[in-house]
Amino acid sequence: MEAVDLIGLLVFGFAAGMAGGLVGVGGGVIFVPALVLFADETQLGAQATSLVAIVLVSLVGTWRQHGYGNVRLRDGLLIGVLSPIGVLVGVAVANVVSERALELSFAAVQLVFAWQLAGKAGLR
Amino acid sequence: MSSRLLRLAAIATAAGAFSGLFGVGGGTIIVPLLVLWLGYGQKEATGTSLAAIIVIGLLAAVAQAVYGNVDLWKGLLIAAPAVAGVITGTALQQRISERGVALAFVVLLVASAAVLIF
Repeated sequence: MEAVDLIGLLVFGFAAGMAGGLVGVGGGVIFVPALVLFADETQLGAQATSLVAIVLVSLVGTWRQHGYGNVRLRDGLLIGVLSPIGVLVGVAVANVVSERALELSFAAVQLVFAWQLAGKAGLR
Repeated sequence: MSSRLLRLAAIATAAGAFSGLFGVGGGTIIVPLLVLWLGYGQKEATGTSLAAIIVIGLLAAVAQAVYGNVDLWKGLLIAAPAVAGVITGTALQQRISERGVALAFVVLLVASAAVLIF
């Protein structure tokens, strides 16, 4: 691995962790392309490998947020434990709906959420 | 089943579906639904979403490792700066208002939607 790759992983890794801490996501959106660009991974390999970082970031992030009084542990763990039901639903849906339609509907869901959250926070 | 439990189960299902389909942890689904459906504060939603992602990520990691798709060394290499990042990010969040955190999240949602569309 060359120096530029190592620096890329350090910078993008830090940014992903920072995003995770600030807004509560695992950071996969940043880890995956970084692993493809700087660690010579395929898209599929990067998605799998990024999970190592996602687990560690969420673990440390939860610990820190718990210290700040921002974690309702029971609710969070319940969502986690019940999520495999959704994975099955997702696989079933993916078999009947095209990838492009899925991307567009996920984008639409995110835009609706953005609009509603902005309203609730008094941003619009 | 209480309606609160039903809502948590619905959030879990949506997060699992989107993380299975798009290979992300589901935070962009969990955070807004906790705020909009369960009346969470923006910061509480952040912390609780991370707790959910521990479990979601762990289950997915084990499944992927079984197929030999996980490169542990590369994962740890990018995780090290990321752990420093999350400690910094959570500390920084405590100095920002709920409204500021909401704004950051809205920006992330719009950016993520744009990436999916284009």
